[in-house]
Amino acid sequence: MKKLMLGNEAVARGAYEAGVLVATAYPGTPSTEVTEYIANYSDIKSQWSVNEKVALEVGIGSAIAGARTVVSMKHVGLNVAADPLMTVSYTGINAGLLIVVADDPSMHSSQNEQDTRYYGIFAKIPVLEPSNSQECKDYVKLGLEISEKYDTPVILRLGTRVSHSQSLVELKERNEVGLKSYDYNPSKYISAPINMRKRRVLVDERLLNLEKEAESISINEIEYNSKKIGIITSGVAYNYAKDVVLDASFLKLGMTYPLPTNKIAEFINSCDTVYVFEELEPITEQKIRSMGYNVIGKEVFPISGELSCEILRKVLLNEIKEVLPPFEGLPQRPPVLCPGCHHRGPFYILKKLKLHVAGDIGCYTLGGFAPLNAIDTTICMGASVGMAHGFEQARGIDFAKKSVAVIGDSTFWHSGVSGLIDIVYNKGHSTVIILDNSVTAMTGHQENPSTGKTLSGEDTPVIDFEALGKSIGIRRTRVVDAYDLMELEKVIKEETNAEEPSLIITKRPCILKKGIKFDFKTYVIDENNCNGCKLCLKIGCPAISFDGKIARINTALCVGCGLCKDVCKFSAIDIEVKQ
Amino acid sequence: MNIVIAAVGGQGAVLTSKILGTLAQNIGKDVKVSEVHGMSQRGGSVIAYVRFGDNVYSPVVEKGTADILLAFEMLEGARYIEYLKENGTLIVNTQRINPMPVITGEMMYPDDLDDKFKNLSINYIPVDALSIAKSAGTIKAVNVALIGVLAKNSSIEKDEWIKAIKDTVPEKFLELNLNAFEMGYRLK
Ligand code: SF4
Ligand code: SF4
Repeated sequence: MKKLMLGNEAVARGAYEAGVLVATAYPGTPSTEVTEYIANYSDIKSQWSVNEKVALEVGIGSAIAGARTVVSMKHVGLNVAADPLMTVSYTGINAGLLIVVADDPSMHSSQNEQDTRYYGIFAKIPVLEPSNSQECKDYVKLGLEISEKYDTPVILRLGTRVSHSQSLVELKERNEVGLKSYDYNPSKYISAPINMRKRRVLVDERLLNLEKEAESISINEIEYNSKKIGIITSGVAYNYAKDVVLDASFLKLGMTYPLPTNKIAEFINSCDTVYVFEELEPITEQKIRSMGYNVIGKEVFPISGELSCEILRKVLLNEIKEVLPPFEGLPQRPPVLCPGCHHRGPFYILKKLKLHVAGDIGCYTLGGFAPLNAIDTTICMGASVGMAHGFEQARGIDFAKKSVAVIGDSTFWHSGVSGLIDIVYNKGHSTVIILDNSVTAMTGHQENPSTGKTLSGEDTPVIDFEALGKSIGIRRTRVVDAYDLMELEKVIKEETNAEEPSLIITKRPCILKKGIKFDFKTYVIDENNCNGCKLCLKIGCPAISFDGKIARINTALCVGCGLCKDVCKFSAIDIEVKQ
Repeated sequence: MNIVIAAVGGQGAVLTSKILGTLAQNIGKDVKVSEVHGMSQRGGSVIAYVRFGDNVYSPVVEKGTADILLAFEMLEGARYIEYLKENGTLIVNTQRINPMPVITGEMMYPDDLDDKFKNLSINYIPVDALSIAKSAGTIKAVNVALIGVLAKNSSIEKDEWIKAIKDTVPEKFLELNLNAFEMGYRLK
């Protein structure tokens, strides 16, 4: 039976069919759905971990204990997990360990672009790259086999277009491989120098064997057509190439590290001109150049952003498709915080108080854009807390009194918590605001330690920020309703002024969270009282707009949070109770 | 067949691409569907691609090659017009949703889009899909109302469209959506 599947869904299917028993992840676009789909298979024990490092550590434990395991994350998540990654390369695994990493060329939803193949090279572990959903499924199985055959973790590199496109997949039955026996083997699994010096040699031997494997493995495939043009490519770039130049010859690399050098040489020697068409960094190209061959690559293809048919068409065929003239000067439509979003109130007040705000990664990063404009910096998951302390270290306590860190609940558990301990320990005075909307919203509403539910929907303890603050020595902890602007302003003023670290927790569930019911009320503009001052527009609620004279509320969008009412100085915003 | 769906995040572009993908599979075609998740779902501008035929490689539609641009909003139709091939079909919901720069008064919503579309060498089909969806029983069915219009303008059997909707839309919302489809299909 064939099924139309998202690449990520096909990875999950592959895990199921390959007899995987454990799956862990931290959500991150474009990788999130891998684990969401795996959670639908009850034969696999799956979980959200608090961050990618923990996810990989759980995965390593489970693989060494004998269960085929899949760990998933996005490219920047692998930075967090890099520490255990480097060492598990040495210890090896027992049952198969597949690390699924989704890159995001063009940064559709990420803070940077990274090429995960570098981690494969860095850690000396193989990298596989599927180009469609069928291959996603097949390469999961193959990856786990390679993992077990060579006693190595394997990286499955996806990209936005492979993760988030759907194509047809042939479904098969699950192969119950069961648990492998667990062997007590300290010289392999204890990463002390005395053991790892010996393992280091094995890692390099393994790599040589993997190079041989790369020559014969079926997923490194040559397809000869006209030999005038040869294209060496992988992943989604293969599809773009196939669409543009059907009659060229192809070397499609399913394994992009280590590379099959003999096969590459054979291919280059048989074709007149050879192009290397790879997304992001010139990794294959550089390897080929180091072999002494001249190929055409990044001097004509862009190194950043997604590749496309257009790019190849222009370079190879010198062809530019006629397109309809674009419409000039159209207003952009950037993403915005939803109507009624819990983050809007805190940002409105931070802006009003003119505070320096160290921001973090999540929906609330949108508070950095117009009209809220309430964030100074954003670097990576969990960085806000440490950065706020850095502000103080650089500019002193008076600056600390004019600055705060804001971080979401999920992000706080991910890696903000260690920054907070650092502030207390180093006698900082920062104010940290945890925007607690009780869900991992940005990636599509996943559970986390604040939600009281596990990935599979089971009840679990809600971990309490207040108690945590207390236990690490924070004496000032305040909990505020995120919709109560007056109280927010008062508390933020008091806490930023205090000469000790403080924790403010703003509470209200994300309005898109499943099962959240709002009162059936909306707000409307009282046309007689509205004098068109536009003050209410400053909160950036998409439900409010200006009609040229007065403000208007779109009742289809309004969820009745009441923020705009508190902002209006002329009492022009009224409650309207819906039936 | 290349179809581009242009929408505002939250309008149901993903479900629409699923319905079209299922349709293509049901009629025995190779098919690829591609969309971007994440940031774009918070009311931002979103685009999804559906391609089907005997052999489909790229999951993305090239500019200037879309047979159909299915736009859920006027401004989004204008934004992605370059995807449409000459004499391609633009089916656009005439609803207007103000983006943030317009809400804050920084920019004006262009009000000459209708005229501009009329002047292009394309098959222009404006549809008041919001009204259709409302009378079908839910404003959320704008997307399926537009699919109705698309179905009417395609050579694929009506029954196949209905089957694809049944295969994709959750039971709970099926009837409302089938209503919206029917009303879109019967238009003009
Ligand atoms: S999804 Fe939730 S947290 Fe994100 S912008 Fe919308 S309401 Fe806010
Ligand atoms: S009450 Fe005001 S701020 Fe809240 S959702 Fe409605 S219009 Fe927006």
